[in-house]
Amino acid sequence: MRYLPLTDADRRAMLDVVGAASIDDLFVDVPAQARLDAKIAELPDHASEWAVERHMAGLARQNLVAGDVPFFLGAGAYRHHVPASVDHLIQRGEFLTAYTPYQPEIAQGTLQVLFEFQSQVARLFGCDVANASMYDGSTACWEAIGMARRITKRKKALIAEGLHPHYVSVAKTMARFTGDELVTCAPELTPDGDVDALTAAVDKDTSCVVVQYPDILGRISDLSALSAAAHEVGALLVVVVTEPVALGAIRAPGDMGADIVVGEGQSLGVGLQFGGPYLGLFATQQKYVRQMPGRLCGETVDASGKRGFVLTLSTREQHIRREKATSNICTNSGLCALAFSIHMTLLGERGLRELAMLNHARAVEAAEVLAAVPGIRVLNNSFFNEFTIIFDTDARDVARTLADQSVLAGVSLGRLYPGEEALANGLIVAVTETTTSEDIAALAAALKEVLA
Amino acid sequence: MTMLKEGRPTTPQLAVEDFAPVLPETATGNRALMLEEKLIFEIGSPDRTGVDFAPLPEGKSRLGGLERSAPIGLPGLSEQETVRHYTRLSRQNYAIDLGLFPLGSCTMKHNPRLNEKVARMPGFADVHPLAPIATVQGALGVIYELGEWLKTLTGMAAVAMSPKAGAHGELCGLLAMRAALEARGDARSVILVPESAHGTNPATAAFCGYKVENIPATPDGRVDTAALEARLGPDVAGVMITNPNTCGLFERDMKRIADAVHAAGGLVYCDGANFNAIVGRVRPGDLGIDAMHINLHKTFSTPHGGGGPGSGPVVFSAALAPYAPLPFVEKTENGFALIEEETAGEHHGGSFGRMVAFHGQMGMFTRALAYILSHGADGLRQVSEDAVLNANYILRSLEDVLDAPFAASGPCMHEALFSDKGLAEGFTTLDVAKGLIDEGFHPMTVYFPLVVHGAMLVEPTETESKAALDQFIMALRSVAERAKAGDTMLKGAPWYAPRQRLDETLAARSPVLAWSDATAA
Repeated sequence: MRYLPLTDADRRAMLDVVGAASIDDLFVDVPAQARLDAKIAELPDHASEWAVERHMAGLARQNLVAGDVPFFLGAGAYRHHVPASVDHLIQRGEFLTAYTPYQPEIAQGTLQVLFEFQSQVARLFGCDVANASMYDGSTACWEAIGMARRITKRKKALIAEGLHPHYVSVAKTMARFTGDELVTCAPELTPDGDVDALTAAVDKDTSCVVVQYPDILGRISDLSALSAAAHEVGALLVVVVTEPVALGAIRAPGDMGADIVVGEGQSLGVGLQFGGPYLGLFATQQKYVRQMPGRLCGETVDASGKRGFVLTLSTREQHIRREKATSNICTNSGLCALAFSIHMTLLGERGLRELAMLNHARAVEAAEVLAAVPGIRVLNNSFFNEFTIIFDTDARDVARTLADQSVLAGVSLGRLYPGEEALANGLIVAVTETTTSEDIAALAAALKEVLA
Repeated sequence: MTMLKEGRPTTPQLAVEDFAPVLPETATGNRALMLEEKLIFEIGSPDRTGVDFAPLPEGKSRLGGLERSAPIGLPGLSEQETVRHYTRLSRQNYAIDLGLFPLGSCTMKHNPRLNEKVARMPGFADVHPLAPIATVQGALGVIYELGEWLKTLTGMAAVAMSPKAGAHGELCGLLAMRAALEARGDARSVILVPESAHGTNPATAAFCGYKVENIPATPDGRVDTAALEARLGPDVAGVMITNPNTCGLFERDMKRIADAVHAAGGLVYCDGANFNAIVGRVRPGDLGIDAMHINLHKTFSTPHGGGGPGSGPVVFSAALAPYAPLPFVEKTENGFALIEEETAGEHHGGSFGRMVAFHGQMGMFTRALAYILSHGADGLRQVSEDAVLNANYILRSLEDVLDAPFAASGPCMHEALFSDKGLAEGFTTLDVAKGLIDEGFHPMTVYFPLVVHGAMLVEPTETESKAALDQFIMALRSVAERAKAGDTMLKGAPWYAPRQRLDETLAARSPVLAWSDATAA
C-alpha cells in the first residue's frame, strides 16, 4: 500500500522489540465484543492512484463548472480570478503540511503570515485588530453576537433584514441554546434596507445590531447614524461583509463606527469549492480584544532579541481556559487565510481598488442591460457587484429553466427564503471581473426568451 | 489523579549570551540558506501590484455615495516579490513533508498528493454552493459516498457532514444531544468530562449551556468508571469521552459506561480525535455511543494547513439521528437531493437546525474520499495496526530513559505518553521539546494531557518508516539523557532554528497584533 512504509519484516522486528507475538496482542484492551476480527466485508479493498483519480473525475464531471458557462451566482460566495501563484504557494509543503504553530521557533513562516493576515484584515475592515480566522462568515457572525453579549451583558440582538438568511439560521440555532434573543425579519423588496428602522429600534436592552454590508439584496447603506444610535444606548454595531472585495470601493465598516466586523473571506484566494472550506474573518477595536474568540498571533522577541511571532492571549482559549473560554474553536482556516493574504499582497491597495471598480463597472453594465429586458425590474438604487432583479413570475422557475440551457442566472430568493411568497419573484445577480460582456448578453437573451 | 494547572514556562529562562557560540555576523542578518524576511508592510507599497486588469470601462458609479477615498494601507508586491516572500517564509516552517511530526492527538500523517489534485478538479473547485441541484449531482454524490463510508466504518446510523472542524463537530453532537433531551422534556444540566479531555470538550459543553463536571482518572490512566457511575443521576445530560483516550489508552469500560449512562437517562458523546488508532478494527457503534465526530484532517489525511481548514463530520446513533443538523444529502430515485429547511419535512422536523452557511468542507470531502478509496477496507485496517505498532515501538524503545507512567498497564494505542519525572533539577519537558527541534524533529505534544506532570505525548502515525522511527528514537533518547544529566546547553535550545526561544509573556503583556506604521522602525 503506497502510503504505508512498513514491510512485513519491519513489522515482525518491531513486534519483537515490543514483546508482542502478533498485532492482536496490542489490541487486548478492546473488549472482545467490539473487536472486528477481519476487514469490514461490505467495503471495497484498496485501489490504485489511477483508479481513484478516474472515479473522482467521474464525479467531478457530473457538475456544471462555473467557468464553463455564463455565471451570475453570488449570495455569499463569489467567483473571482485567483492568480496562479496563490495556489502554487499554498501548496508548498511547509505551509500545506504544517500544524498549528505551537512551536514558534520552527513555525515563523506560518506565524508571520498570520500577523500579516491579521494586519490586512484589520485595515480592510477599518478596525484595530483581527484574529487568525474562523471557520466561515456564518460562524464568525454568531461568534460576534456572543461576543457582544459578553461585553454588554445583554441578550437581545437586532438582526437587519438584509443579513444572509443562512447566517440568520446559524445564529438562530445557536441562540436556541445560548438564550440570546434574536429579533429578525425577512427582507422587503424595497430599494433601501431597514437601517433607519433599526436606528429607531435600538434600545437599552439591545446587545448589538447586526447588519450586512452590502446586504443580501446587494443594497449599500450608510451605517454612521446607526452606530451612533447604538452607542448612545450602550449597544454594539456588528457589521457582516460577505464580499470583502467591495471594501476596495466603499467605506470600511470600522470607519462608520462598527465595533465588530466579521466576514466571509472566500472571495480572495479561496475560490467557490461548493461552499467550503471558506474563511471566517473577525475584527474588532482594541478595547474589546480580550473578549475575542479564536487564535491571535502577536509580535515578540526571541532570546537573542530578534523579532519573532507567537500565538498569544491564549488565556481566552479552550486549551487553557476550558469551560470558561471565549469560544470552543481550535482548528480554524489557516491555509485559506494564507491564500487570502497572498492574493491581497499580489493586489496591493492599487490592485484591490482596480479589482473593486472593475467589478462595480461590470455590475453596472449588467444592471443596465437587464433593466432593458421587458419583464425585469432592477430593485437597487445602490449596489457593488450584486443586485436584485424582479420578474412578474417565480424566479426559481426562471433560474431552473436557464440552468437547463447552461446559463447560471443568479440565486433566486425562493431558494433562500422558501415560503416567503412576497420574495418569490426576486433573483440576486452577481457580476465580477470574470463576467464578460458576452456573458451578460447571453443572460439577457435567455431571460428575454423565457420571460416573453 | 488530579489535573495540573501550572502550565509550562513562557519566557526564556536563561540569557542566550551565556551560551551562544561565537560566529561571525553577516551584514544582512541572513545565514546562507537561512534567510531573514521582512514584513510585507516593510517591503511593499500601496501602488505596487502583482495583478493586471482589463481597462476600466466608462460608466457611472452606483455606490450610494459611500466611495472609499481615504488610504487603506495595504501593501502590494509584484508577482516575483510575492513568490519570493512566501517561499522564504515557508522555509521557516517545520512540516510533515520534512519529517516525522509526532504531535500526540493530532495525527500528523502523510498528505497524499493525489488528494490535492482531486480537490482542484474544476468540477469540485469551481462549483457554487447555491447552484441548481440538478447541476451539482457529482458534488452531492461525493458528500453522500463519503458519509456512507463513515457510517459503515463507525457502525453508526446517520452522519452530519457540515461541521467545519473537530470542535464544531463536538458542538454538533452536543446540540443534537440537547435537542433530543429537550424533545423528551428533560433538558438536564450537567455534562461529565474526564480530566484527560481535550480543552474543546468542556468549552463546547459550556457553550451549549451545560455545567461541566470533571471525572477523575484512575492511576492506570483511564476514566474512573466507579466515580463516573456514582455521579450519574437525573441532572446528568451525558458524558464526553475520548476513546482511545489522550493518554493513548483504550477505555476498556466504554460499553459499561455507555450502558450506565443510558440507564440513567443520559447520552454518550465520543471525541473521535483518536479514531486513527481503531479505524477498521473497532466500530464505535458497537460500544454504545450516541454521537462521535471524526476529524478528516487527522484520520483521513486532509492537510492541516498550519491551523486548518479541518472538517468534523459527526456520526449518530439511531436515537439521535432525527436531531441531526441541516443541510444533508439524501439519495432518491431521481438522484441526490439536498435536504434544507424547506424540505426537512416531518421526518427531519426534529433537526436542531443549521450550523454553517453552506454544506460543509467540500474541499476536505474530496480529499478524504480519495484517501479512503485508496486504502479501502483492507488498507484502513492496516492503517490502525501500523499506527498502533509504531507507537508501541516508540514506547518500548524509550521507556528505559523516559518515565512512561502507564507503560506497565499494557500496550498503548496510537500514541505513547511520557512524563518529566527523572529529569535533572530545573530541567523541564519544554527543554526536551526544544532540544528535539535542534535534532531536526518537531516536538511531541507537551504539557497535555493534564493528568500527567510535564506530559510528552508522542503520536508517530502509520506513515513513518522503521528507519524514521529509529532516528527519532535515537534523537529523543539523546535529548532525554542530556536533560537527565543537566546539560545546561539544553536550556538555550533550539540553537539551530530560525529563532531561539520566544518570549510569550512579553507578547501577552503588551499585545502587538497588527502592523502599525507609527511604531515602525
